[in-house]
Amino acid sequence: MKLHEYQAKEIFSRYGIPTQRGIVVSWPEEVESLELRYPVVIKAQVLVGGRGKAGGIKLAADAAEARRHAQAILGMSIKGERVTRLLVAEAAQIEKEYYLAFTLDRMARRFVAIASEAGGIDIEEVARGSPERIVKHHVDPMLGFLPFHAREMASAVGLRGERVTAFAAIAAALYRLAVGEEAELAEINPLALADGTLLAVDAKLILDDSAAFRHGDRPLNEEMTELERAARDAGLSYVELDGELAIIGNGAGLVMSTLDVVAHFGGRPANFLDVGGGATTENMAAAMGIVLRKPGVRALFINIFGGITRCDDIARAVAASPPSVPVAVRLTGTNEEEGRRILQERGIRAFLDPEEAAREAVRLAGSTPWRS
Amino acid sequence: MAILIDASTSVLIQGITGYQAEFHSQRMLEFGARVLAGTRPGKGGTSVHGVPVFDTVAEAVSETGATASCIFVPAPAAKDAAMEAIAHRLDPVVIITEHVPVHDAVTVMAYARAQGVRVVGPNCPGLASPGGCKMGIMPNHLFREGPVGVVSRSGTLTYEIVAALTRAGIGQSTAVGLGGDPVVGMSFEDALALFGEDGKTEAVVLIGEIGGSAEEAAARHIAAGFSTPVVAYVAGRTAPPGKRMGHAGAVISGSEGTAAGKIEALIAAGATVAELPGQVAGLVKAALGVRL
Repeated sequence: MKLHEYQAKEIFSRYGIPTQRGIVVSWPEEVESLELRYPVVIKAQVLVGGRGKAGGIKLAADAAEARRHAQAILGMSIKGERVTRLLVAEAAQIEKEYYLAFTLDRMARRFVAIASEAGGIDIEEVARGSPERIVKHHVDPMLGFLPFHAREMASAVGLRGERVTAFAAIAAALYRLAVGEEAELAEINPLALADGTLLAVDAKLILDDSAAFRHGDRPLNEEMTELERAARDAGLSYVELDGELAIIGNGAGLVMSTLDVVAHFGGRPANFLDVGGGATTENMAAAMGIVLRKPGVRALFINIFGGITRCDDIARAVAASPPSVPVAVRLTGTNEEEGRRILQERGIRAFLDPEEAAREAVRLAGSTPWRS
Repeated sequence: MAILIDASTSVLIQGITGYQAEFHSQRMLEFGARVLAGTRPGKGGTSVHGVPVFDTVAEAVSETGATASCIFVPAPAAKDAAMEAIAHRLDPVVIITEHVPVHDAVTVMAYARAQGVRVVGPNCPGLASPGGCKMGIMPNHLFREGPVGVVSRSGTLTYEIVAALTRAGIGQSTAVGLGGDPVVGMSFEDALALFGEDGKTEAVVLIGEIGGSAEEAAARHIAAGFSTPVVAYVAGRTAPPGKRMGHAGAVISGSEGTAAGKIEALIAAGATVAELPGQVAGLVKAALGVRL
């Protein structure tokens, strides 16, 4: 789960990472009465990247200007995400910008600390263009991230003297935060040198959803669409796409490949939906309810390879609440004969071959003619 | 022969009294696996399908001589279960459990490396060596003994492709489900290296998906002199960036992890890449034909 900058900064303060003084607002009028030192910076709180380029970050010299900017940014759409909150923070006199993060290195199976003296810009661009400006340290989880690791990184990005200890303190705190809050990414970009001290001007946190059971106090965000949230509440994995052919399958890999097969035959999937292992009649009914609620859906393709999941359970769910659009069903595996019999009684043909079923589904959705 | 597990493997099932574990331990026994012991702290002295249950792994190992562990323990306790198995150097340790926190997975993998233990998973369907042993949840009836190694990041898609191989009369040496999480123990390269040394395996089917760079690393391994023919399929060609497609690991971030990049790397390394899952069996047949 991605956090907003203001949510991440609240957590930063708990771990003693210095940030600018700032206040979150939702209405332009609120901006004028804030007890902040001008100039202030007004930042759209959105989860997508690139808000600066999209006009979502503005500097204001006084209250009137702040209100004008707030008026313009609130309600603005940045890459499809509507701005409903602003973070208003005291502007810092920045002398130099650094980069500091802890993130997962999947191939190394470890977290890696990354620092650079080229902060304030996209770190992936720095990594491509001038990798020598990036310092990395893979953290041994049995050892932890030790104070001397932090000091060596500070020294390697060109800091000296007291600034080494200041940087090392922030790096150590960020590591404690990454472990304590179970983050997949904890990033400060830029970590700015301003008025002689280091402070986190921006903050990015992605928390591990699988660890949520240990963190009852986590903030929520609004990244999901209404249907995506309904799916999550029903224990289903659902992603909205642009097409008109609704898709339900069991297993993430199988559903991904189903989308590919549908596209191969000229169809346009409306969604990704994985009912998961051991799907029951209830899961399946909930899944159909969700995918068919999306406007513009013209047909439904159900692709089930029964293992733990039983084909007869799936068929019973389809028979109990026949979909409002034409449906193509592919059923194979555990109890497939019974499943096919149940559907046939309802006049629904169940295919064995996934490609044959996909072609039929694409035809039903009436998309562009399929290639053979 | 087979890789990782065979008829000599003595299996311990951690969390054997759970709903899924109880069901699947029966299926493993039916497959022919030598399931010798189970653990469930607090239920030592009982049994499941005639398999004795112990409170600790230490006791299970000393009483039965178990050599490998299959973990069904729920996510909050999965790390502790894995550390316990690794401490007693069971090998391999197969973690079926899904939703294991990533910081836990990192610690487990570091300890496993220090102990010299091979971990498969978490969030994986496990291993099956037809005619020998099964550890995990892959459906028994799909398999048939034969010359093709299968290694995959997904579950049901693997079943789909294994079933098609079996229908085409092509059996399998071992099927390895690596798991769909960002941090898993065994990698494609690890499995390829084992298949390369296995006298029985004449071709390998590699099933990848979007996210991360595991397929690119596999391609480098193939390019560096892996001589067994590889037929690959990569799921998620049409997946949009930034959205997790079911698996925690299946997300395209920026230019990283796209199916196109993975397919290009595999083709450049000399693998044959199927465009649809249904084409894999035919391509494997062709690859075996060339070799015969």
